[in-house]
Amino acid sequence: MTNELDIFVGNTTLIDEDVYRLWLDGYSVSDAVGLRVRSGILEQTGATAGVLQSDTMDHYRTFHMLERLLHTPPKLLHQLVFQIPPSRQALLIERYYAFDEAFVREVLGKKLSKGTKKDLDDISTKTGVTLKSCRRQFDNFKRVFKVVEEMRGSLAGNIQQHFLLSDRLARDYAAVVFFANNRFETGKKKLQYLTFGDLAFCAELMIQNWTPGAVDSQVDDMDVDLDKEFLQDLKELKVLVADKDLLDLHKSLVCTALRGKLSVFPEMEANFKFIEPCRSDRWPLNDVRLFLNQYSASVHSLDGFRHQALWDRYMVTLRSCLLRMYHD
Amino acid sequence: MPGKLKVKIVAGRHLPVMDRASDLTDAFVEVKFGNTTFKTDVYHKSLNPQWNSEWFKFEVDDEDLQDEPLQITVLDHDTYSANDAIGKVYIDIDPLLYSEAATVISGWFPIYDTIHGIRGEINVVVKVDLFNDLNRFRQSSCGVKFFCTTSIPKCYRAVIIHGFVEELVVNEDPEYQWIDRIRTPRASNEARQRLISLMSGELQRKIGLKVLEMRGNAVVGYLQCFDLEGESGLVVRAIGTACTLDKLSSTAAFLPACNSPSKEMKEIPFNEDPNPNTHSSGPSTPLKNQTYSFSPSKSYSRQSSSSDTDLSLTPKTGMGSGSAGKEGGPFKALLRQQTQSALEQREFPFFTLTAFPPGFLVHVGGVVSARSVKLLDRIHNPDEPETRDAWWAEIRQEIKSHAKALGCHAVVGYSESTSICEEVCILSASGTAAVLNPRFLQDGTVEGCLEQRQEENLPPGCGFCHIPYDELNMPFPAHLTYCYSCRKQKVPDVLFTTIDLPTDATVVGKGCLIQARLCRLKKKAQAEANATAISNLLPFMEYEVHTQLMNKLKLKGMNALFGLRIQITVGENMLMGLASATGVYLTALPTPGGIQIAGKTPNDGSYEQHISHMQKKINDTIAKNKELYEINPPEIPEEIIGSPIPEPRQRSRLLRSQSESSDEVIELDLSHGKKDAFVLEIDDTDAMEDVHSLLTDVPPPSGFYSCNTEIMPGINNWTSEIQMFTSVRVSRLSNINLTNQTLNKNFNDLCENLLKSLYFKLRSMIPCCLCHVNFTVSLPEDELIQITVTAVAITFDKHQAVQTTKTHVEKSLQRASADNEELLQFPLELCTDSLASHPFSPAKEHLESASSNSGIPAAQRAVSVEKASPLTEGHFRQRSAPACANSTVGVVKMTPLSFIPGAKITKYLGIINMFFIRETTSLREEGGVSGFLHAFIAEVFAMVRAHVAALGGNAVVSYIMKQCVFMENPNKNQAQCLINVSGDAVIFVRESELEIISAQQPIASCQPACSGGEIAT
Repeated sequence: MTNELDIFVGNTTLIDEDVYRLWLDGYSVSDAVGLRVRSGILEQTGATAGVLQSDTMDHYRTFHMLERLLHTPPKLLHQLVFQIPPSRQALLIERYYAFDEAFVREVLGKKLSKGTKKDLDDISTKTGVTLKSCRRQFDNFKRVFKVVEEMRGSLAGNIQQHFLLSDRLARDYAAVVFFANNRFETGKKKLQYLTFGDLAFCAELMIQNWTPGAVDSQVDDMDVDLDKEFLQDLKELKVLVADKDLLDLHKSLVCTALRGKLSVFPEMEANFKFIEPCRSDRWPLNDVRLFLNQYSASVHSLDGFRHQALWDRYMVTLRSCLLRMYHD
Repeated sequence: MPGKLKVKIVAGRHLPVMDRASDLTDAFVEVKFGNTTFKTDVYHKSLNPQWNSEWFKFEVDDEDLQDEPLQITVLDHDTYSANDAIGKVYIDIDPLLYSEAATVISGWFPIYDTIHGIRGEINVVVKVDLFNDLNRFRQSSCGVKFFCTTSIPKCYRAVIIHGFVEELVVNEDPEYQWIDRIRTPRASNEARQRLISLMSGELQRKIGLKVLEMRGNAVVGYLQCFDLEGESGLVVRAIGTACTLDKLSSTAAFLPACNSPSKEMKEIPFNEDPNPNTHSSGPSTPLKNQTYSFSPSKSYSRQSSSSDTDLSLTPKTGMGSGSAGKEGGPFKALLRQQTQSALEQREFPFFTLTAFPPGFLVHVGGVVSARSVKLLDRIHNPDEPETRDAWWAEIRQEIKSHAKALGCHAVVGYSESTSICEEVCILSASGTAAVLNPRFLQDGTVEGCLEQRQEENLPPGCGFCHIPYDELNMPFPAHLTYCYSCRKQKVPDVLFTTIDLPTDATVVGKGCLIQARLCRLKKKAQAEANATAISNLLPFMEYEVHTQLMNKLKLKGMNALFGLRIQITVGENMLMGLASATGVYLTALPTPGGIQIAGKTPNDGSYEQHISHMQKKINDTIAKNKELYEINPPEIPEEIIGSPIPEPRQRSRLLRSQSESSDEVIELDLSHGKKDAFVLEIDDTDAMEDVHSLLTDVPPPSGFYSCNTEIMPGINNWTSEIQMFTSVRVSRLSNINLTNQTLNKNFNDLCENLLKSLYFKLRSMIPCCLCHVNFTVSLPEDELIQITVTAVAITFDKHQAVQTTKTHVEKSLQRASADNEELLQFPLELCTDSLASHPFSPAKEHLESASSNSGIPAAQRAVSVEKASPLTEGHFRQRSAPACANSTVGVVKMTPLSFIPGAKITKYLGIINMFFIRETTSLREEGGVSGFLHAFIAEVFAMVRAHVAALGGNAVVSYIMKQCVFMENPNKNQAQCLINVSGDAVIFVRESELEIISAQQPIASCQPACSGGEIAT
C-alpha cells in the first residue's frame, strides 16, 4: 500500500526552520530525510522514517510553492494564499537571500551572465556547495542586480526596499552588485586571501565616496557605477609620480621610501602594488597606518600641487581599503 | 422593489501577465447580478489596475438577493479577438441582509479561475439598501440568521428552541448535460459552481421561510450538503435547528432581565403554561401546506406526517414510577408530559445541536441510527425532489421510532449523510435519543426559564446519565446500576452519544479519541444485486464497528463515548466503516470491567500460554491507559451503591436498523445474546487478529491529547495558540490477494500513520490537544482509499493542567470557561458582570469599526489602510527594519470549534458557505496530485479568509470541510477536485484586550484583520 497523495495544509503555514535550511542547501528529499535521521530526530520524537519522509516532502512542497513569491518578497507580504506571521516571513526572505562565503568569492566581480551560470558546475565542485544552492544564490544575485541596476537612490536602500532584507544583508548585496557592475576581478590569486567581508567593506567605501551618488543624490545609477569625472580627474594625480621634482619633494616630505606606485585608478591590483611589498617586508599594521597617514597628509604641503580635494577623495577611501586589506 | 445592491470595483493587484508581448494586462471587470451586467473601463497596460469605478446599482427583489451570488469577472481586453477571462469572484451577499451581521463587504478577494487557481486579487466594496417590506406572503426570508455552530452562539441567548428544519433542492448536474460535451472544462466548472451557489441560496431562503413560519429568527446547527448523484442529478440538502435567539451583548435587551432575576426564580417550573397545545411554536398543517406550496419538495413529508399519529409519543404507563427513584418519579412523569406536548406538534422532534443550554437536556437514552440503501437510477422523476424527500422522511421516521423505543421524545446531536458509488446510494442518519426540558421548546414561558432550572435540585452533572426508559420494560437487555453520583437513579454501564460532553457532567481524568475501523470486501455487482449485497453487509459492519468501539473503550478504562460518528462508505468492491468518538470516564457510571480473553481449545498448552500472554498484555494496556488518562475514580464501597441489578449484560444502547430499496427493515440486536460483554472469545485466527489490532493503536506521544468533540474533558487551560489544518491522504491498495484481513490492516495503518504524522508535524505546539478531529473516508476508485482529516491543535498550559487533574471534579464545572460557557450557565449574572467590568455597548461600537485592522496601533493603521491600496509596492521606503511588521494582510483564524480560546466573540457576521472546483490538465507540471491538491486547499483557505476579512471579521468558527471530492487521471495528466466548506464568520476580541479596552476605550486594538478597515475610515 503506497500513498499516492499525502498533504498537510495549515491555516497558518507551518515552517520548519531545519527543513528550510536543508532545502536552501539544495539537498534532495531523500538526502534531507537521511540528514534528519542522523540528527537524532526519530529518537527524540518517536516518529518513524515514513513519517519523516512524508513531513519532509510536505515542507519541500510548501517551500517550492513559496519560492515564486520569494523572488519578489513584497509579494510574499501581500499574497493571501499562505498565512505566515510577519516574523516568519522575514526569516523566510532573509534565509532565502543569504549566500555562502565560498560561493560569493567565486562569483564576485564576474559578469552575472549565462556564461557564468554555466560555470556553476565547477564552482559547486570547488566550493562543496550543492549545484542547486549555487543556482539559487546566483539567481538571487542576478535578480537583485537586474532590479536595482538602473534605479535612482541609495543602492543598499533600494535593495532593502525591494527585497525586504536586513540592513546587513542589503549592504552585502550592494557590494555584490557594485563588483558585478564594475567587473572588479576579485578572483585573482593575489586577492585570494581577502574575505568577502574585506571586499564588501571596500565596496561600501567606494560607493560612498567614488560614485556619482557621493556628489549628487539625484543621479541615475548613482551608486552602481564609479564617478566617470572622478576617474578622469584622477589622471591629474599622476603628476605626483610623473613630475620628478614633485615626487622627490613628496618623498622627502614623507621621509620614507615610496614603494607603492600610484597607477591610474580603478584597478584593484594597483592597491597591491603597495600591499605586497609591505607584506613581504612584514611591516606591522601600525607602521602601515602611520605611513599612509603621513603619505596622504604630506601632499597638502606640496606647493605645486593643485588637486587637494581630489587627492583627499581618492586617498581617504584608498587608505581605509588598504588598511582593511592589510592582513594575512 | 425591496432592495438595492451597490457594488464598487476599486482596484486589482498582482494580476497575471495576459499579453506576452508587453508583459502586461489590459484588465476590465464585469459585475453581474441576476441578469444585469455592468462593466468597468479597461485599465490599460497594468498588473495593478486602478478602476475606481462608480457605484454599480442593482435594483432587485429580496428573494433574488438571497438566491443569487454577486458574480465578478475580471477579463483581459483584446481588440482583435475575444476577451480572455482572468478569473472570477463569487460573493454571497446574504450577510448583508440581516441587521445584526455585516453592513458592508469590502476588501481584497482572490480572483479565482477553475483551471489556473488564484490569479491576483481584486478590491471590491458591496453594500445593500433594504427597504422594509411588510408583504406577508413574501417568498424571501431576509433577516433569519444562520449559524453552522451546533450550540447556541456565544453572544446570544436561546429564548425558544423550535426544532428541526430541513429542505432539499434538486437540479440537473451541468457536468452531465449534453452541452458539456462541447463546452470547455472551465465553462463547465463555472456552470457548476454557479448552480450550486444558486441552489444553496434558494435552499437557505426556503429554510428561512420555515423558520419564520415557526416564529423563529435563526437556524443553529445549519448543515448543508451536496450529493453528486451523477446522471440523476445534483442534490443540495440542509438540516438545522430553528430557534428564537436574543442578542446578549445589547444592553437594552438585557437590563430588565438583569434587574429581576429573583422574581423569575420564583416561578413554578411546571405549570407556567395552562394550555400547552395551543402553542404556535409548530405550525398547524394547513398553514404548512399553504406556505410550502411553492416548494413541491415538501409533499412527501407532509404525507408522512399524517401517518404519524400512530407513532406519536405516548408515554408508556408506569414508566415514570418504575424507573425513577422516589423523588424522581412524579417529576419525570410530569416532565414527560410537558415535553411531549411540546414535541408532539413536531413532525420530527430532532435537534442538530450537540451542546445545549443548561437544563435543556434531561436524560440521554443512547445512539439511534438508521441506514438505507437506494438505487439512484430508479428515481422516477429525477429532476423533482419528491423521491429523495420520501427517502429521508422514511429514515427520519425510523430514527423517531428508535428514540421512542428508548423512552425518549427527542433526538439530539442529529445528523444525516450519504455515500454514493455509481448508482448506489447509502443514506444514513444518526443522533442521540433524549428527554428534553420542555420549557425551551415553548412560547410564552420564555423569561425565567433559565433560572427555574436552578431550582430543580437535580444532583449535579449526573441527571443526563439516568435512564429514560422503563427498567421493567427495557427495549434491550441492559446492565443497570444505581448512579454513582446521586445513588438514587439507575444508570447504564456504558453510554454512547453523538453529542458533546454536557458542560456540567463530571468526569475523571482526561478523554481520548477512539476510532473503530473496518473494511469489508464485496463482489462487484449491478443494480438490485449490488444493493442487496450492501444491505446484507451493513448489519455486520455495524456490529463489528460497535464491538471494536466497545473493546477500545474498555481498553482505555473508560465508560462513555461522546461525539460518536459512524461513517459507512461504499465503493465498487468494498465497504468501509469508520467510527470516531471521544471516550471519557463519567463519574456517574460504574467502573468498566476489564477484558477477558477466552480460548476455544483449552487442551493445547502452548495455545493456553499464548492466551494468557495476550491477557497479560491487555491488562497491562488497561493499566497503562488508566495512568495515561489519569483515570483514578474515588473508591465507593459496594454497599452504598447497592449490588448491580441482575440483568443480562449488554454492550450498549445503540439501536439501529437497515433498510434497502425494498423498504424491508431489519432490527439488529447488538447485545450479543447473553454473552458476558467483557469476554472476548478467540476461536479462530480472525479473532486473534482483532485482539492484535486492539493493541496496535498507539497512544499519542507524550504531551499530546486528541478528541473529536469541541473540548477535551479534563483540560481547561487553553492558550490562544491554535492551528487548524486539513490533511489528505490517498492510498493505493495492491490488488493482489486482497482479503478482509489485509484490507483491515491497511486501513488501520493508514489511519494510525496519518495520526502519527499529525503528532509529528505539530510537535512544536506541545503540550497540545487535537480537538474536533474529523475523519472522512471516501473510495474514489477501485483500489484507492482517501482519508481527509480536519482538526484544530490547541496548546494548553501544562502547569495548570497538573493542578487541575488533582481537583478534576470541582474544576469540571468550569471546564468550558475558556469559551465563555458561563454565558449559558448563568446568563443573567454574567450579564451584570459584563456590564460592570467592561462598558460594553459603547466599546463595542468602536470595536466593530476598528475591527478590520490588525493589532497595529492606531497611528500605524493609517499606513496600513493606505497600503491596502494598490500603490502598495511603493510604500516600503525608509523601513529601518525589514521585519515585515506592517504586513497589510490581517490574520484570520479558522477553527472547527465554536469558540476561540482566550477570546470573546463579539459579533457573528454571517454564514460562510463556499463551493469550489479546481481542474488541471497539467497535473505533472503542478507537482503531481499532491502539489495540485495542496495548492487548491491552500487557495480555499485563502478565499475563506478573504471573505471573512471583507465582512470585517477576524475568524471563522465551526469551520467544516464538508466535501473534498478528488478525481485523478494521471494517464491523461488530469485531475479535478470539488471542495465545499462552511463556517460562521465572527469578530473576536482577546480577553486580555477586552480589559485594555474597558480601561482606555479609544485604543481598540483588537486582534483582527484586514482590509475591510478602509471603509471604516
